[in-house]
Amino acid sequence: MPTFFLFGASEGGLFDFDATLPLMAVQVVLLTFILNALFFKPVGKVVEEREDYVNTSRAEAKKKIVEVERLETELKDQLKEARLESQKVILEAEQDSENLYKEALALATSEANASREKARREIDSQRDEALNQLKSEADNLGDLIIERLLAKK
Amino acid sequence: MGFLPFVFPLAELEVGQHLYWQIGNFRIHGQVFMTSWLLIGALLALVVIGTKKMERDPRGVQNLLEFLWDYIRDLARTQIGEKVYRDWMPFIGTLFLFIFVSNWGGALVPWKLIELPSGELGAPTADINTTVALALLVSLSYFYAGLSNKGLRYFEYYVHPTPIMLPFKIVEDFTKPLSLSFRLFGNILADELVVAVLVFLVPLVLPVPVMFLGLFTSAIQALIFATLAAYYIGEAVEEHH
Repeated sequence: MPTFFLFGASEGGLFDFDATLPLMAVQVVLLTFILNALFFKPVGKVVEEREDYVNTSRAEAKKKIVEVERLETELKDQLKEARLESQKVILEAEQDSENLYKEALALATSEANASREKARREIDSQRDEALNQLKSEADNLGDLIIERLLAKK
Repeated sequence: MGFLPFVFPLAELEVGQHLYWQIGNFRIHGQVFMTSWLLIGALLALVVIGTKKMERDPRGVQNLLEFLWDYIRDLARTQIGEKVYRDWMPFIGTLFLFIFVSNWGGALVPWKLIELPSGELGAPTADINTTVALALLVSLSYFYAGLSNKGLRYFEYYVHPTPIMLPFKIVEDFTKPLSLSFRLFGNILADELVVAVLVFLVPLVLPVPVMFLGLFTSAIQALIFATLAAYYIGEAVEEHH
């Protein structure tokens, strides 16, 4: 009995080929078209759109990174320049102030010298005057003393 | 009652019994179509639900569908090649999904609860008609792929790399569908039988690991069938230099 069912000639059996075969083939082909329309195409579209989106986003981000790096170096250059400039300005200002100081010092020294000189000259002239006066007074006194002495005699 | 004279709820064995439907002069196996329609219906329902509102940030079933799509694309692309895999991806994917759903549906759904006048419900791939139909479709498609891509130069493949290969390549055209169909058929039927026999002999615990093994083989068989189909198509469209 088992062999009859396993390899049954006319009715049943494991290897019972009939119209199931072509019908199943047609069914699978139909399923292929249905799944292509309902599954493979729409899902593929979504997945590929996302892949495109990710790729373009990544490319854009890379471009932005390059731009940022460029700007950064530019800014760094500018910063360096500004630093150099400021150092130069500071140096200049320092020199200027030193010059001014020196000038002022020189001026003040010369003025001081001048006024000292003037004072000395004044002192000298006054001393001379005083000496002259003293001399003339001494002369007068001498004359007076001589007169008195002569008169007493 | 069939192959083994056992009568036991949930564990009755009927091998080689079919529920015949008469359509004109043709007879078809009703139980195969009933289960395949149910499983295809479930598959289509999943697809329709998952693709109803697709977004760039996938949610819910869309994730599963995209995972499947990606998996099938990788399979088709590695076997068929970058150039033409897009044309054959739906066919390879349908083979994979149909066989996978059939195998797992046959293993997971308790069909035995439904009484049929003759035969019993089970995996559609446990019927030789289904697997031969699938294998013949694969044969047709690799011929079509080769001829449509390379024209008559396709037949260079038979004498490549030397004309000595000619008889072997011709034999291959017959062995390819044979091995494809019998591998799938044998694995799924054997799995069903092993589980049924074990359930009959030891109704508790022991069949469970075998059932898991069955799920594993079912998935592997679907993958093997789809991979080989893709490989055959890839072989047919490959350019020899």
